[in-house]
Amino acid sequence: MEHPASQSAGTGFGAEGALLARLRAGEDAAYAEFVGAHGEALLAVARRFFRNEDDARDALQDAFLAAFRALPKFEGGSKLSTWLHRIVVNACLMKLRSGRRRPETSIDSLLPTFLPDGHRTAIGGAWEKSGQDHLADNEARELVRAMLDRLPEDFRIVLLLRDIEELDTAATAAALEISEAAVKTRLHRARQALRTLLEREFTR
Amino acid sequence: MIHGMTCKELIDVLDGYVEGTMPPAQRREFDAHLAECRPCVAYLKSYRDTVALCGSLRRAGAGPVPPELIEAILKLRRAED
Repeated sequence: MEHPASQSAGTGFGAEGALLARLRAGEDAAYAEFVGAHGEALLAVARRFFRNEDDARDALQDAFLAAFRALPKFEGGSKLSTWLHRIVVNACLMKLRSGRRRPETSIDSLLPTFLPDGHRTAIGGAWEKSGQDHLADNEARELVRAMLDRLPEDFRIVLLLRDIEELDTAATAAALEISEAAVKTRLHRARQALRTLLEREFTR
Repeated sequence: MIHGMTCKELIDVLDGYVEGTMPPAQRREFDAHLAECRPCVAYLKSYRDTVALCGSLRRAGAGPVPPELIEAILKLRRAED
């Protein structure tokens, strides 16, 4: 056995280890179990990348096939859920790259503007509710999604990877094949642009 | 202009402040500006709220995977074997 008996009696690790062994043995039912256990979380990721349901489902399919192929190499060094998260993120990025790109739009009109003395030119009204107050609010969540979709693609993706999928700067830079400095600049601009879009909605 | 830093300079480096990576000397200037500038306090708060709202999307579940999609995935796997 790869792991001590004390860990195999119904614990997550033991159950996961047993399932992995069955997967490696090519047991068909084990694959169904595996997709059932992890599919929902991975589909949630794919749906954050793609508004279109067919695209999200395609990405999920690609992710599982990639995971099945890579399973023999999974050594359990990281958590299985973390490993799968990276796989589905990569599948989504690949699909985005292969798809038709939206026309590039500038983010400049959504960034704050300043007077020559460094003061901001347009000070918006105060947000009626704080971000925390909005968290439980499905309507606000839907609004954030809609506003995210208005960001230029290069900025939306960085925001998605960093602030929603919680990849760190280095992992985001590697996934997008850009420098860490570029990730930081794009993220800051993307947050500011999204802030502007939300402000227009929240202070209406 | 208020204390050392302008509003523009403050907003340019806001991300470092929020992420706690700002050097101490710059942070002192940043805090001194904030102490006297309500619009920048409000901007900082709404910037933080924006990041928090993004995080809330992560906590929204997708619902179960439709059975036909599970079946399609398994079928593709068998075909690859």
